[in-house]
Amino acid sequence: MNNIKIYIIIYISFLFMIAVACESILPTAINDDELLDGPIEGLNNEQITQFSRGDFAFNNQIFTTESGLGPIFVSTSCGSCHFGDGKGTPENSIIRFGKLDSMGNPYQILGSPQLQYRSITGYSPEKLPINALFFKVVPPAITGLGYLALVSDSDIISMSDPDDKDNDGISGVVSWGVIPKYLNPNINSIQINGQYIFRFGKKATSYNLFHQTVKAYNQDIGIASQQEPIDVWSGHEIEPEISSQTVIDVHAYLNSLKAPIQRNQSDEEIINGKKIFVNIGCGGCHKETLKTGYSDIEVLSNKVFHPYTDLLLHNMGSDLDDGYTEGSAKTFEWRTPALWGLGLSPNSQGGKFYLMHDGRANSIEEAILMHGGEATLRKLNFQNLPSKDKNNLLKFLNSL
Amino acid sequence: MKIYLYTIKISLIFIFISFDLKALNDKDSNNILNMDAVYNRPLIKLDNQSIAIGGYVETNTQYSIKNGISEGFSFQAKRLTLFFSSTIAKQLKFLSEIEFESGGKEINIEFAALDLEFDPSINLRGGIFVNPIGAFNQNHDGPKWDFIDRPLSATKIIPSTLSNVGFGIYGKYFVSNWVLGYETYLSNGFDDKIIYNAENRTSLSAGKANSFKFEESFSGTPMFTGKIALRNRNYGEIGISYLKGVYNKWQNDGIILDKKRNVSIIALDFNTTLIENKLNINGEVAKVFVELQEGIAPQFGNEQVGFYSDIIYNIYKGRVLNWENAKISLGFRCEFVDFNVGEFYETKTKIFDEIWSITPTLSFRPVGSSVIKINYKYEINYDILGNLPKKIGSIQFGFSTYF
Ligand code: HEC
Ligand code: HEC
Repeated sequence: MNNIKIYIIIYISFLFMIAVACESILPTAINDDELLDGPIEGLNNEQITQFSRGDFAFNNQIFTTESGLGPIFVSTSCGSCHFGDGKGTPENSIIRFGKLDSMGNPYQILGSPQLQYRSITGYSPEKLPINALFFKVVPPAITGLGYLALVSDSDIISMSDPDDKDNDGISGVVSWGVIPKYLNPNINSIQINGQYIFRFGKKATSYNLFHQTVKAYNQDIGIASQQEPIDVWSGHEIEPEISSQTVIDVHAYLNSLKAPIQRNQSDEEIINGKKIFVNIGCGGCHKETLKTGYSDIEVLSNKVFHPYTDLLLHNMGSDLDDGYTEGSAKTFEWRTPALWGLGLSPNSQGGKFYLMHDGRANSIEEAILMHGGEATLRKLNFQNLPSKDKNNLLKFLNSL
Repeated sequence: MKIYLYTIKISLIFIFISFDLKALNDKDSNNILNMDAVYNRPLIKLDNQSIAIGGYVETNTQYSIKNGISEGFSFQAKRLTLFFSSTIAKQLKFLSEIEFESGGKEINIEFAALDLEFDPSINLRGGIFVNPIGAFNQNHDGPKWDFIDRPLSATKIIPSTLSNVGFGIYGKYFVSNWVLGYETYLSNGFDDKIIYNAENRTSLSAGKANSFKFEESFSGTPMFTGKIALRNRNYGEIGISYLKGVYNKWQNDGIILDKKRNVSIIALDFNTTLIENKLNINGEVAKVFVELQEGIAPQFGNEQVGFYSDIIYNIYKGRVLNWENAKISLGFRCEFVDFNVGEFYETKTKIFDEIWSITPTLSFRPVGSSVIKINYKYEINYDILGNLPKKIGSIQFGFSTYF
């Protein structure tokens, strides 16, 4: 009888331990504002279902030799460069290379040659030719892009000021380009001489998120699609290695990722930091507020949002001029990156910051100090701030 | 070619030594090494037949929470394994082990080998066998373990159960308080799914799944596995083992396609029983080296390491209800795997891709061949960059029994 007692006592104490464990050692949830990934709130059932399919394709579909990887490629899935939908590190950068022609005109060919620096067995990866001009870009965060996709062409044009008519030192040019045949122009899009406004990518060389998705499959993973059937290695048209449905689902996923949520919005210092951001003129390019047009995703339709970008190309000065370019951008021009989610960058960059197009800045302050060209005056304004204001500004940027 | 020479040399050394040593009685339980696990199972002899059969089943329930979000409650029928052994003639045995995993989705022949004994110190084995790398791979039956999950390092680093077709020599020597066992085999090996797999990392478990591996070697080159284990009858056993083979298709019909690329594993295992058989400590450390093709590091690691250690303390032994020799034990496992050892080239930061885990357990053995287990497993998962880890807590309840 004694033995049974012992057994029961042990059993009960173990159950008790588990009960305590459930309370205190089971992992707790991470706050929504600390997470970049996740869908926009208020999607309907079909939209959520499609989002999950896209999520799976983006993050979990790892390409192998059997599913068409390569033969030359940069990485094996979207998610292995875009970790948790946040920024990547120089380890996952993309290198594009080539040469400017003798007239100094930038390449007009969209999706310039990309270096596929990995390969499957039996093939050699591409090597960067000596003396080739190139640039290197780290993966950007991809959250909230659905909102940016819906900013109207006329709003983008109204923010641009190519000849700096208002004399504020900031011009901002629209990136115009010819869209590939498989893309349909957005409703109300503005066309000049057969060219449309390109807004995605660090040089603004993608028309929309569908364009970016198709190019990424083809150039980054070596996956031919119905839209872009040319094999990266052979240059020949091959059978699609991915279903059009998957491309459409991934596009829907990108479109319906939530916008990053600012943290500690009522903190005094952060409120002050935001004022300073405006006062010293950072908002000349990093536009706080934009609005969406009509969308068939209801929750995205006619919404005001706060990305801190104007989607325009700016002259950033000689230090940020890598000598190579693509699309209509000049070598020293970069598209203003959105600053939302900035403070969460280290969560997907291994606990560190790798900012600016190639990840060369290891802190927000370093990134600001690298601004040149049209932003020179604003950088000087920043440098001349009293240290308390400087800290408040940095704190504000970190809360985004 | 080198591998052949090694095998022959090592085998010859043992054959020569064997003439000098005298084999003792093999049946004493203190003489049992991990390498004997395949035959050291409860088997039922059919009447007047030379065939014996047996098997075991493992099943459990699991409730998991990942970063605060419930993964839900599930029942898992992990595996059902059947053994058949037959003594064909004196000193000629055959054993086979067939495993049905995940409710029969996967059926694997884990063992189907013929053993020919010349002397306890020299046996020939041919057929399908478990490669003697580490201890768990050889000795993996659920009812022998006090934890529900297999150790991470013994599934993800050493991809248990790793079995292949081939042949080899093994044997044991007994000197006073010591037992020495050796095993050397040549077999088919891994394929290039070690790299081109859906896990997006170097994975030996993906590279062992090749369904043709019992028919032909993917690389056309045999894989070597060797192990030496030493047991002191009072203290316990340690084993050191090594495996090496080519995993890529380096030639096809005589045309050279690529360099030969090797995968190798080195493992150290230990096992000791102390305090009047009440305390058992066992564990394994394994290191994997993979020769990668240019350019695919650092996403794919060329070095991996794994470790686990189990401590089990028997807190009660005696009668429980109608079971005369029931046992209740408490245990603790700590384990660690690093799928990618090294530093990034560009950022000079550590490559993570690691899992750390601890599991306390309570186990109840009504009889020696059955065990009921309650586990709480806490796992911390780092991605390759070492971003905020995923934390998973699971409460598991399961049983495993020989039948
Ligand atoms: C090798 C790493 C890598 C892979 C794989 C990859 N990307 Fe990217 N992605 C990048 C980089 C680097 C950029 C910036 C490129 C540029 O601006 O020209 C980028 C840009 C983007 C953008 C534009 C974001 C913006 O704000 O303009 C989107 C959208 C995107 N990727 C989606 C995808 C999808 C979908 C996939 C999978 C089909 C994918 N990426 C695969 C590295 C990668
Ligand atoms: C002339 C337009 C312009 C102005 C003015 C400007 N920026 Fe920028 N900013 C950019 C561009 C373009 C980049 C991207 C440069 C690159 O990728 O190399 C950038 C990058 C950044 C980044 C790094 C973002 C990232 O994700 O890597 C931060 C932080 C930033 N700016 C903050 C500021 C602050 C603070 C100010 C005001 C002091 C400011 N910017 C003023 C255009 C501007």
